[in-house]
Amino acid sequence: MRILVVEDDLVLRDGLREGLKLCGFAVDTVATAADAFLALTAGGFDAVVLDRMLPDGSGLDVLLSIRRSGNRVPVLLLTAKDEVGDRIGGLDAGADDYLGKPFDLDELAARLRAIARRAEGRANGTLTCGSLSLEPASMRVERSGEQVTLSRREFAILRALMENPTAIHSKSALEERLYGWQEDVESNTIEVHIHKLRVKLGSAVIETVRGVGYRLGSV
Amino acid sequence: MMQSMRLRLFLLLLATTSAIWLLGVAWTYVSVQTRVEKALDARLMEAARMVSSLITDHHIDVAAAVSSQTDAQTAAETDAGEYRRQLSCQIWSLQGQLVSRSESAPRMSLSDHDDGFSETTVDGVKWRVYAVVNPVLNVRVLVGDSLDIRDRLVADVVTGQLVPAFASLPLLALLIWLSVARGLAPLNRIAALLAARSADELHPVTEADAPGEVRPLLRALNALFHRVSEAREREKTFTAYAAHELKTPLAGLKTQAQVAAMSSDEAVRSQALRQISTSVDRTGRLVRQLIDMATVDSAERGTSPQHLVTAEFVQGVLADLDGVQRGHGLNVTIAVGEVLSFSVRNENLLRLALRNVLENAMQYAPETSTIVVAASKVGDRLDLSVVDQGPGIDEDEHQRVRERFHRGRSPAGNGSGLGLAIVEMAMNKLDGELHFRRTEHGFSAVLSLPFAETCG
Repeated sequence: MRILVVEDDLVLRDGLREGLKLCGFAVDTVATAADAFLALTAGGFDAVVLDRMLPDGSGLDVLLSIRRSGNRVPVLLLTAKDEVGDRIGGLDAGADDYLGKPFDLDELAARLRAIARRAEGRANGTLTCGSLSLEPASMRVERSGEQVTLSRREFAILRALMENPTAIHSKSALEERLYGWQEDVESNTIEVHIHKLRVKLGSAVIETVRGVGYRLGSV
Repeated sequence: MMQSMRLRLFLLLLATTSAIWLLGVAWTYVSVQTRVEKALDARLMEAARMVSSLITDHHIDVAAAVSSQTDAQTAAETDAGEYRRQLSCQIWSLQGQLVSRSESAPRMSLSDHDDGFSETTVDGVKWRVYAVVNPVLNVRVLVGDSLDIRDRLVADVVTGQLVPAFASLPLLALLIWLSVARGLAPLNRIAALLAARSADELHPVTEADAPGEVRPLLRALNALFHRVSEAREREKTFTAYAAHELKTPLAGLKTQAQVAAMSSDEAVRSQALRQISTSVDRTGRLVRQLIDMATVDSAERGTSPQHLVTAEFVQGVLADLDGVQRGHGLNVTIAVGEVLSFSVRNENLLRLALRNVLENAMQYAPETSTIVVAASKVGDRLDLSVVDQGPGIDEDEHQRVRERFHRGRSPAGNGSGLGLAIVEMAMNKLDGELHFRRTEHGFSAVLSLPFAETCG
């Protein structure tokens, strides 16, 4: 799951990047409303953490303008102003959720998973395909009731495939979900992770569509 | 002091109305008295002459003549009652013998006057008498009436006026009371409107339907409402910003702490701990500046000037910033010139102002560069300037950087946006000004203070 964090405070921004990575997200960060607008226009995020007060404008304005242009990406507003009126204003401006500072990192992660899940039209957090089940919150994967231990990246790839089991996922699309802009990606990393997943779950679990990408196979 | 305007107006109106009434009564009393006197004098004169001419022509008995006249009068004024037997008549021979008298007349002479009007007291009764000499019969005819009766007549007229007046006084009072209430109704309405307001209702009162006398008051009140609501709005914005500025580093601290706790990677953990340390320093500075701001805000302007040695004062401020100065490897030069000492009304305000200007200079100056703190007399002002080699502040930002929580565009920006706001507030309290100048020596922030008051 790829998250965009819009926060001007250096320490909090850095903390969110590291913390959300530890929770299994790929994280990109920007510090200003202008950069946030550019990043959101480019797209590719599963959810956005948006600070309400930014040095060059209001987070609400960014939110209003992307909603006007038809962008439906789930947005969680982060703010110090957490009075009822402010919460209503934020939600009415098009935010999907609201969290007052200071907050608990695990709660933020859970809320991000929830708004992303709802955006995909799923009420249940657990993804299930055949004998395979994946629980994003606890990062647990089970094959026929038996727990399988996966690395963070392997988990993210499997999750991407299971969220949309019939679609073909290109290598670059999977890379985008796995890494933020600031991270270097080696050219064969995806292949390495796919290989490890096949070893752990059985080779039929991921199907290679030659020249296009990968798809969830027979599970 | 009388508290109720209604009662005050009522008493004033009642008192003035009563006074005017009393004046009217007094005037009536005097005028009635004069007229009654004239009319009765004329009657005395006429009666005396009539008696005199009657006895000359027909030798009619005087007593009968006078009594017949009084009878006629009695018949004409049936209601007169108490005014009966007004006139008394005596006829005296010129030798001093009483020739004849009317029934009501005393035996004693009513007058020793030859001719005309006189007043005498006979047997304790005051008489007004007219005398006429009849040269044909050698007699004097005296006709008089009792002054008591005259006074009673006048008194009766005045009483006739006073009684209804006093009787209607309560009615008048009631009408005045009601009229005053009606007249004051617009005031009461405005008072009720204001009383019904809660403390946070600060919209203006409509002046349109208020009486002209109250409008200046309402205008002043509305201006006050406006100022209060503006001040409140500023406070709200300040609180919102302060909350943001304090909660954001708290959120950063908590998140970094959680990262440190969650991560098994040593590098990630030590990075998180470094960030926590940085954030604590910055938050500490922010809290100090918020306290400084409150200090400046509540500071007295100061009355007794405090005498300061320029170099010592600047050294004292620099000592507070020793850590920052060394951290950036900066060199600070003090150039006091001819201003060896000066006085200022509140040393603490100036200290806070200079410290914040210096701290800013230190934040933005390139490492290992030199900052110059200079004092100089310029006309009637004392200038304390801080010159640094940093990027400075662009011309179009010179005003905005003085606003609370406004951060300049400088990329180094880890300030709170409060420093220059504190300087501006402190200088306002000292009747001084903060200027920015770009000179060939670098960017200069100048604290300009009134010379006459500060230079001792």
